[in-house]
Amino acid sequence: MKSENMKKSGVMVFLKKLVRQQIFIPIAALLLLAVFNLINDPSFYKITYGYNSAGDPVLSGYLMTILDYGSELAILAIGMTLVTAATGGQDISVGATIAISGSVILRILCGTNSRPETLQAPILVAFLVSCVVAMIFGAFNGALVAYFKIQPMVATLILFTAGRSIAAWINNNELPIISDPVFSYFGGFIPGIPIPTPFFIAAACMIVTGLVLKFTTLGLYTQSVGINESSSRLNGLNPAFIKFLTFVILGLCVAVAGLIKVSRLSSINYSVIAKDIEMDAILAVALGGNALSGGKFNMTASILGAYVIQFLTTTLYKLNVQSDALPAYKAVVVIVLVVLSAPIVREKLSAFFKKINSKQRFKEVG
Amino acid sequence: MSSNKKVPASESGLQNKFRNITDTNLLLLITIVVFFVMYIGAIIFQGKGFLKPQTFFNILNSNAALIIAACGMSIVMITGGIDISVGGVAALVSMCCAVYLDFHDGNVFVSILIALAIGLGYGIVQGFLVAYLDIQPFIVSLAGMFFARGMTTIVNTNPFNVQNESFVSLKETRITVPGLGSVNKLGKYVPAYIEIGVVVALLTVIILFCVLRWTKLGRGFYAVGGNSQSALMLGINVKRTKFISHLLCGLLAGIGGFVYFMHVGSGSASHASGMEMNAIASSIIGGTMLTGGVGNIIGTLFGVLSLNTIQNIVSSAGYDDAWWTGITIAAMLCLFLIVQSIVMARKKK
Repeated sequence: MKSENMKKSGVMVFLKKLVRQQIFIPIAALLLLAVFNLINDPSFYKITYGYNSAGDPVLSGYLMTILDYGSELAILAIGMTLVTAATGGQDISVGATIAISGSVILRILCGTNSRPETLQAPILVAFLVSCVVAMIFGAFNGALVAYFKIQPMVATLILFTAGRSIAAWINNNELPIISDPVFSYFGGFIPGIPIPTPFFIAAACMIVTGLVLKFTTLGLYTQSVGINESSSRLNGLNPAFIKFLTFVILGLCVAVAGLIKVSRLSSINYSVIAKDIEMDAILAVALGGNALSGGKFNMTASILGAYVIQFLTTTLYKLNVQSDALPAYKAVVVIVLVVLSAPIVREKLSAFFKKINSKQRFKEVG
Repeated sequence: MSSNKKVPASESGLQNKFRNITDTNLLLLITIVVFFVMYIGAIIFQGKGFLKPQTFFNILNSNAALIIAACGMSIVMITGGIDISVGGVAALVSMCCAVYLDFHDGNVFVSILIALAIGLGYGIVQGFLVAYLDIQPFIVSLAGMFFARGMTTIVNTNPFNVQNESFVSLKETRITVPGLGSVNKLGKYVPAYIEIGVVVALLTVIILFCVLRWTKLGRGFYAVGGNSQSALMLGINVKRTKFISHLLCGLLAGIGGFVYFMHVGSGSASHASGMEMNAIASSIIGGTMLTGGVGNIIGTLFGVLSLNTIQNIVSSAGYDDAWWTGITIAAMLCLFLIVQSIVMARKKK
């Protein structure tokens, strides 16, 4: 009898530990969505092997779409997690900055002619320049936040408004189209490899991030600035610089995401490209169980969160929800998440569970 | 909140006065000066277009909704919060009213009630989440903005013009301003006019100015925004004050949405895009501090006017493309944010 009780409590302890793990939140959300889709329509999971219009072998299906389109979101989530952890605020200009960096890439590849027969510059050069530009814009946001002490969301509101205008201005409001097939590999498929390229790019970014977090003090410093700015200053850190740095890193992530985004179309639409992606990126961080008010973070959970968001988006598309109406559903998810993670609600919930537990114990004793 | 420190009498009078001025009045002064300098500059450099009274009244006509929404924004910002859902709410209100008036052959009076109800509902939900559950106002209103935009599409996808007769007659109502007018190209005297929305906007400004200056509630907003801890010590119900500020902002966004709807006379999911940004920019230019506790409704009015004067200047200088407007507003906002940051850093010393 006693051993049975012990076993039971052991399972309970294990479950409790599991629930307390931060990564539990995105996994639970993923399972929930997966089960929903399984019940709704099992063909959601079908992956077909076929050939695309260029005659290359490709895998297609909803799961591949998630891997494909979730990748740029995962890349953004990396930078957004760092910014959130250090500043306790979010960057809402990422969509607009993607438009800028994409526009820069196209401008350099096309030169003055908007419909070139051949590329005017190597793709690598264009990408590097767009990285520099995106990092400069990141630095602009970072300077406003770190040195002028403006709230992150308000500081980035400036670029949120002006960004798409700047992107249009870079290309004189023309819509350049690149006909070179090599450029479309970044957002599509490399011939012979049936898995979408964005996934490999995202994987590379994740590995680099993992190495940086493992072998440098970036993660530790970011968290300590986020937890208590003045005590980390007293410990010899430079909080302003670390905040600034996180925004520059986010700029780099934005440039990579921008390359994927423009490569998908081989062109750009200034007002539509990466629209509402800031919402998804913030949602990925929140779904990863990271506190939106800064402090500790879990990068793996954020990245997984990004793919879960894409899972949600794809599910909604499958249910024939219009793309313009998507934000309404996601907003509900955000509100539910933040309400559940609000300290006051948590306290009330844990008090409630304690009450239930003690009642059960009373019954057992009785 | 204010810095009424005693300054030694030996210092010069002007400096003394400058020191004694409150933050609110200092920033208000900067705004009003900037507006007049800009307007006079426009008259000098851009020719006679700006000299016509109607040019000024047109700024009012097309921005009545923005003035109302910006007033709500100022109140929330004085209390230390922010609300970026106002543009979305305005779009949702105009779409709902348009659908009701046109597809259901509705009554104008009921459509006003719909607008108020949507605004009030938004205010209550956001206020509750921010004040009582202690969630960051930015996240709440960001979700609110996306929800409103998404809902607008769900209500109706395609933009359309409202044909409802009683609404159209309300929309076309123009109030002439006595004594002001200009002579048009044919040599005929045309009196200057304003729309009904402007009257609503000006009434809002006056009422809110009085509320903020002379009522217990209004002073509570400043106290909570300046230092919520000491406001609590003074016996102010901080949570309720925050709640009411968001409630008012939502309500004003609803009214602003209806005024916007009266101005454009159509429903569309892309209506009032960027209105939240303009409202925040106007409040900041009008001397409302993002950190809370400092601000003035009259300043907000001048903020809206300055913002649109500079837009008019930019477009009449030949940069008529839409992207220049976005860049100008952002640049101006950036400038004022930095000015505020510097002014406050100096005051602290």
